[in-house]
Amino acid sequence: MNAQAVNRIFVPGDMLAVALGADELVAALTVEAKKRNISIEIIRNGSRGICWAETLLEVQTDAGRVAYGNVTAADVTSLFDANFLSGGDHEKTLGLTQEIPWLAKQERVIFNRCGIIDPLSLNEFIETGGFAGLGKALQMSGSQIVEQILQSGLRGRGGAGFPTGIKWQTVLDTAGAIKHIVCNADEGDSGTFSDRLIMEGDPFRLIEGMVIAGIATGAEHGVIYLRSEYLFAVKMMKEAINIALAGNWVGANIQGSGKTFDLRVFVGAGSYVCGEETALLESLEGKPGIVRSKPPLPAIEGLFGQPTVINNVITLCAVPDILAKGGDWHASLGIGRSTGTLPFQLAGNVAKGGLVELPFGSSLQKLLHDFTEGTKDGSNIRAVQVGGPLGAYLPPELFDTLTGYEEFTAIGAGIGHGGIVIYGQSTNMREQAKYAFEFCAEESCGKCTPCRIGSIRGYELLATEQIDKSLIDDLCEVMIAGSACAMGAMTPIPVQSLMRYWPEDFEDKS
Amino acid sequence: MHNWNDEHALQIIEDCANAGHVLTTALRQLVDCFGFVDDAAIAPLATHFLRSKAEVYGSIQYYSDFRDQKPGQHVLRICQAESCQAVGSKKITKFVTAKTGISLGDTSDDNRLTVEPVYCLGLCANGPAAELDGQPLAELDEAKINKILSGISS
Repeated sequence: MNAQAVNRIFVPGDMLAVALGADELVAALTVEAKKRNISIEIIRNGSRGICWAETLLEVQTDAGRVAYGNVTAADVTSLFDANFLSGGDHEKTLGLTQEIPWLAKQERVIFNRCGIIDPLSLNEFIETGGFAGLGKALQMSGSQIVEQILQSGLRGRGGAGFPTGIKWQTVLDTAGAIKHIVCNADEGDSGTFSDRLIMEGDPFRLIEGMVIAGIATGAEHGVIYLRSEYLFAVKMMKEAINIALAGNWVGANIQGSGKTFDLRVFVGAGSYVCGEETALLESLEGKPGIVRSKPPLPAIEGLFGQPTVINNVITLCAVPDILAKGGDWHASLGIGRSTGTLPFQLAGNVAKGGLVELPFGSSLQKLLHDFTEGTKDGSNIRAVQVGGPLGAYLPPELFDTLTGYEEFTAIGAGIGHGGIVIYGQSTNMREQAKYAFEFCAEESCGKCTPCRIGSIRGYELLATEQIDKSLIDDLCEVMIAGSACAMGAMTPIPVQSLMRYWPEDFEDKS
Repeated sequence: MHNWNDEHALQIIEDCANAGHVLTTALRQLVDCFGFVDDAAIAPLATHFLRSKAEVYGSIQYYSDFRDQKPGQHVLRICQAESCQAVGSKKITKFVTAKTGISLGDTSDDNRLTVEPVYCLGLCANGPAAELDGQPLAELDEAKINKILSGISS
């Protein structure tokens, strides 16, 4: 080992890696390198999304980056002994990172540089294609940009799947001295973490997407509504915005174009319903996150009554590549009206969980088979819940469903934000149904009765020994028809799917 | 975390109002500074943000981050959402409440520890997850949580 050469080591600084001891690992690496008089540089990259192998340590070798999985501070001495800085063999080696099957089987577009670059290096971002889309957008008119988004078929990745281009068109066409781009980073669905990973691992991508949205619609003010639970993402986005400001990629007269876009982070305060776009607007205005009635649409009267684009993090992160490669390119990926890629998140009782980005159209079965290697506890998968707390629970018989908006609607489910929570055989489905109501009661904003009271009554109905299924169905119907927003109207989806597919768990206990 | 101080709190409120921030930004800063929002702040908040006292109170009650009681020296937040449930978060929660004698949402008598529920930290592929004083925790089991709890009580 040449003591003079700088050896580059990558240890993710993301929230999960830190939860699993990445900071202690970095400290141990530093101490050991000093003891051995070896010069090292440790880069705190974002996560590769291979959550089952975190903390995933990588070293730069001539052949490419070599990965070691599930590394802790206790492994440091043996790693040095195994000459890991040159990619030496060790019980925790995973080989060349790009050849890890779990990663190689994916088609990464939005997450193409997440986990690879230093998240706060503007140079590395630009070297890997960053700002190519914005560069093009700066040469285009607003309607030309919107045209590309319309052509791309991009739909909202937050869950509703509304065509992004139509939202942008509406804001572009609405007169207003002040317009806003609001990024919904209130990723509250359990089983989802793609927003967190991209904000921690590639924050400039989100900034680029938001600036493009601003230029397209004539909005000069951007705000990222970021949930407070994502401590690291808050810090990362704030730092990235400052760096982008210094580099003149946000702020006044961006790259000499005459375009202006200011951007800030607003931290949420622990409320699931604030992920609903009108509740989010209320929250941004400093009020409790109580949903508004629509119309007026936020695109016409949004934040402070002004025209507002509200898009999810991943939606905005899909935008730069659409501008760089063209709307047609994006439309060629996926199936039917589900175009582009979706970062799926495999979570819950899963042997190999993490982030898997693929074009729409592969089956649930393929995702589960090719990536998860089953449950963590080794039992067969009893159910998966797709699309967060308001998504349906699906039994193995439905795993041949293709991943697409329409395909999921057809089976009474939703693909939501791409979160897939896996449950093993020991799961009691009645408890899950009870929890669906409990969560709704906890998070209901209280504005409408079906949600506020219905959720509590539902919980009570399921907590009694002899349950009255028809009464629960009645209650669900009222909630679906009468709730002001998705919180109350969609809570019946998990409940009814559980009762439909696992009736045996709802038989009388006596 | 600082002890509640009316003057200091008033300064935060005035600074936020003068900077053109919204009410909840002031609440956030009060919680970051003192750990909670004392009832004494409601009247000045109402005055400076042109809201009724009821509206201010409503905002504090609405958001789970805005506590109205002083928390313990340490705050442990355990995820209660589905992904963590699927890998035994309820068992971990029961273990913690039994071991400490504190139920979810409460603070120990010696003011050392508050245990709160949290709904998703985004560590869903590696549950059960929790957070202790801003430090994320994942893949929790009884041994791990035991070590953490003894670190707090010593």
